[in-house]
Amino acid sequence: MEFQDGIEPTTDYEDMLIVPSGDVREHLVVVGNGMAGCRAVEELLARDAGRYRVTIFGAEPHVNYNRIMLSPVLAGEKTFEQIVINTREWYDDSGIELITADPVTAIDRAARTVTARSGRTVHYDRLLIATGSDPFIIPVPGKDLPGVISFRDMHDVDTMLAAAEAGKAAGGGSAVVIGGGLLGLEAAHGLTLRGMKVTVIHLMPTLMERQLDEAAGWLLKSALESRGQTILTGADTAEIYGGGKVEGVRLKDGREIPASLVVMAVGIRPSVGLARAAGLEIGRGIKVDDHMVTSDPAVLAVGECVEHDGNVYGLVAPLWDMCRSLADGLTDRHTGYRGSVTSTKLKVAGLDVFSAGDFSGGEGCEDIVLRDAARGVYKRVVVKDDRIVGAVLYGDTADGGWYFDLLKKGESVADIRDLVIFGQAYAVLGASGGGALDPKAAVAALSDDAEICGCNGVSKGLVLGCIKAGACSLDAVRASCKASASCGSCTGLVENLLMLTLGGDVEAGPKTLCKCTSFTHDDVRREIVAQDMKSIPEVMQKLHWSTPDGCSSCRPALNYYLLCALPGEYVDDQQSRFVNERMHANIQKDGTYSVVPRMWGGLTNPRELRAIADVVEKYEAPMVKVTGGQRLDIFGIKKEDLPAVWADLNAAGMVSGHAYGKSLRTVKTCVGSEWCRFGTQDSTGLGVKTERMTWGSWMPHKFKIAVSGCPRNCAEATIKDFGVVCVDSGYELSVGGNGGIKVRATDFLCKVSTEEEALEYCAAFIQVYREEARYLERTAPWIERVGVEYVKSRVVEDDAGRKALAARFLHAQSFSQEDPWAKRASGDRVDLHRHLEPLVPQELAAAE
Amino acid sequence: MTDWIDIGTLADIPQRGARTVRIEGEPDIAVFRTGDDRVFALVNECPHKKGPLSQGIVHGHSVACPLHNWNIALASGEAQGADSGCTPTIAVRKEDGRILLARPEAMKDAA
Ligand code: SRM
Ligand SMILES: Cc1cc2nc3c(=O)[nH]c(=O)nc-3n(C[C@H](O)[C@H](O)[C@H](O)COP(=O)(O)OP(=O)(O)OC[C@H]3O[C@@H](n4cnc5c(N)ncnc54)[C@H](O)[C@@H]3O)c2cc1C
Ligand code: SF4
Ligand code: FES
Repeated sequence: MEFQDGIEPTTDYEDMLIVPSGDVREHLVVVGNGMAGCRAVEELLARDAGRYRVTIFGAEPHVNYNRIMLSPVLAGEKTFEQIVINTREWYDDSGIELITADPVTAIDRAARTVTARSGRTVHYDRLLIATGSDPFIIPVPGKDLPGVISFRDMHDVDTMLAAAEAGKAAGGGSAVVIGGGLLGLEAAHGLTLRGMKVTVIHLMPTLMERQLDEAAGWLLKSALESRGQTILTGADTAEIYGGGKVEGVRLKDGREIPASLVVMAVGIRPSVGLARAAGLEIGRGIKVDDHMVTSDPAVLAVGECVEHDGNVYGLVAPLWDMCRSLADGLTDRHTGYRGSVTSTKLKVAGLDVFSAGDFSGGEGCEDIVLRDAARGVYKRVVVKDDRIVGAVLYGDTADGGWYFDLLKKGESVADIRDLVIFGQAYAVLGASGGGALDPKAAVAALSDDAEICGCNGVSKGLVLGCIKAGACSLDAVRASCKASASCGSCTGLVENLLMLTLGGDVEAGPKTLCKCTSFTHDDVRREIVAQDMKSIPEVMQKLHWSTPDGCSSCRPALNYYLLCALPGEYVDDQQSRFVNERMHANIQKDGTYSVVPRMWGGLTNPRELRAIADVVEKYEAPMVKVTGGQRLDIFGIKKEDLPAVWADLNAAGMVSGHAYGKSLRTVKTCVGSEWCRFGTQDSTGLGVKTERMTWGSWMPHKFKIAVSGCPRNCAEATIKDFGVVCVDSGYELSVGGNGGIKVRATDFLCKVSTEEEALEYCAAFIQVYREEARYLERTAPWIERVGVEYVKSRVVEDDAGRKALAARFLHAQSFSQEDPWAKRASGDRVDLHRHLEPLVPQELAAAE
Repeated sequence: MTDWIDIGTLADIPQRGARTVRIEGEPDIAVFRTGDDRVFALVNECPHKKGPLSQGIVHGHSVACPLHNWNIALASGEAQGADSGCTPTIAVRKEDGRILLARPEAMKDAA
């Protein structure tokens, strides 16, 4: 920790050499006048006020104050005076010698003395180290520039207030807070209230990731952004720049954020320097036993600087427990500290965030999730062996204390399992107050005008009316009175009403997207557009997903739906892609990959063939094969070699063939009029043009096209998703063919007379399919479902509609026609291709 | 006593993803990072037909095998649902921001 210069010690050196005569009590010297050090002394005095003579050294120039309230001081909600815990009078009245602004610089355990910066040396019988933590400063260039501070003590708060004042004079200053954890966000909040323009830079993808899961982190981020803060997640600081003082922060991706103040709040490290120099045993913190005794029986330690049973803490609650055990030990009572479970609350007015215990789950853990989008609420309780082991609450933290209590006591929640997520009032008080635990009975007991669906204002009576009028399924209820049709949080209630009214006659609804939601694919697609949703966590929150981060069915579907709805805007989530699409190659049964470069319309040339031959030899590919899609497939490439293989193929002008994608695969062609004696049009040329237009697009499923030069149809166009058969007078277009598991010949769409028209109809057809089919539904089953007449009404009969569809497709293509191989070959996402490098342990290295 | 190998930081592994560690003479090990930043390590082989689990979709505390979509619990290595089989797990822990992997027995003897 940096000590503040220019502050003179409050007591002078001479005074301290005088030991009050006749005081034969043991001398307890405390290093650190912070929350733990002072509390330990308070606990001691409460047990046996006269037993020890006490001296406290503090590095700060203040009496003991409540550090956690620095945030409200920064925010202007409290003054420093209001957060003082013990005044000077208290120290005096308790007979404590307080030495402020004089940090201890050395401990001599043999002589049992401590020496402070002023030179003052004091003898101790017992020493208590309570030095707290040092803020971690990330080692980037510019970290030492004036204007770069941490958020730990009153001095930091004063610096921030001064910067805000200076900013005001200059018409509003800018600040950057590095670190989106509890401290960073409280600093950002305070600075915003003080009129600064604040940007938070956070390395991880979610805010407060140690306390919150992705869903709650997303909610928090949205709320802070709506308060005017700029939140950059996944942002890595490269450098703090400025000449003589801070002028801004540069990120690794090159972005620059101007700022006159930079607050580093990336974490804390136990302050162990002094203890280490004194030869005490140190792990991550100063090692202590259950009575806070270090490896030297005369030396104790307490607070954030210690490590107990492998744990270090960064919150106050554990300190209180530690201080009790410590004082018990010093007064010969032996209770012993057994570690603490902690909970966190964010102290930002109007933002309720709570987290406790191990909400990250693990083996045998079950998640109970409640999302109420209308109220902006997310609650997640993690249960293991019928006991609550963790909780994350956002928006409604009223029950935080109750969950935390159940968690600490380890009480079984088996009896209230189904209701626990609704909170104490519902789960316990409702039960003891005579209300039944059965949710069905609870719904039955509601009055007719009780509101069931908050989003659409639908009462119980209205829902019952619909059911009696013939709505026999969830879907029918949704369609007739809109209950449960928006956010879905009342789905359970509506289902219970159906059960109550119809008993066994409830009709099962259409299949839901997956087990994480009560919505169908169509519902989800519609709501993404209607509610203008922009990310996977947002969809999961607004549509009440019942799992924290979905499953392998819904994640890829949501990723596609968002990509389709927001071309050029949505950032693809690679972790929601199946392996082949993430690796841009086809995984084989032995874990290697096959690589299929695009050959436009099945055409190739010596340069491409040579490059392929070279790759096969250079990377010792065991096989190369002509595919059923008119191109070459190179087998047996290792994931670490993929980028190099692609670089070589790129050099010969080849791009990915997307043989792995839910996307355009191939455009198969025949030779056509250029060579074939029967050819009527240039089928090869049109095939190449079609492939150039459509490659790279993401679709609900794979998509294949073929162009045949005459009705002999050598390119098998009538079993493709989109097929063109050339005739003398033009081009016959047909759709919905499939040559796979269930063979289906295409449906005739229409005939057009020019290539331009053929291309426009093709683009329009693909776009309706992209916008309306369900994920993993190929064109054949989609057309069976919606009917070819519907497709014709959109693509053939509606001229303006067709043009608009084609335009939307081409717009989307303007963002997706980038060769994914070229990107990877140039170093994008190397982590996906390389093994982690273990650091070789010392003794191993020596043995080699 | 377990020996631990330092394999890097949390940031080296994509969230809801995995990376592999290759140790001479050992099967590849897949080190997973979940959506809530927990870290698990399994032998990189599906109990079904040895699919490389590191390449699967990570959801909750499970991974869906990239070959035939079995779901494997990351904490226990057990196949979930109707499928049965188990992949060996390897102890892993986080310390001071580093990820430490328990050193396989065979390698210990060699050292
Ligand atoms: C490589 C290839 C076989 C070959 O050696 O010729 C092939 C290989 C695979 N096909 Fe195919 N199909 C290949 C042409 C075909 C064709 C013929 C065609 O396109 O003219 C068909 C029938 C036509 C069709 O799709 O309508 C075909 C119908 C399928 C199906 C069934 C699709 C269906 O809707 O019923 C699957 C399974 C699926 O997609 O779910 C499939 C799935 C696969 C997968 C991707 C299996 C998988 O999921 O891993 C195979 C990947 C092997 C690999 O690692 O490369 N493959 N597959 C052909 C690649 C063409 C290309 O250049 O991209
Ligand atoms: C802005 C802020 C907000 C917080 N909010 C919360 C919250 O909401 N909830 C929560 O539970 N926790 C919160 N905390 C954390 C909480 O404040 C700490 O857990 C607690 O203060 C730790 O107590 P401590 O005595 O171990 O360390 P400290 O309170 O830091 O005390 C250590 C003292 O020792 C002094 N010192 C260090 N070295 C020497 C030396 N060599 N000689 C003399 N003195 C020395 C330091 O100057 C310091 O005054 C917050 C912290 C901050 C900074
Ligand atoms: S037909 Fe079956 S075995 Fe052959 S490539 Fe296609 S999916 Fe594989
Ligand atoms: S190899 Fe993993 S599911 Fe078949």
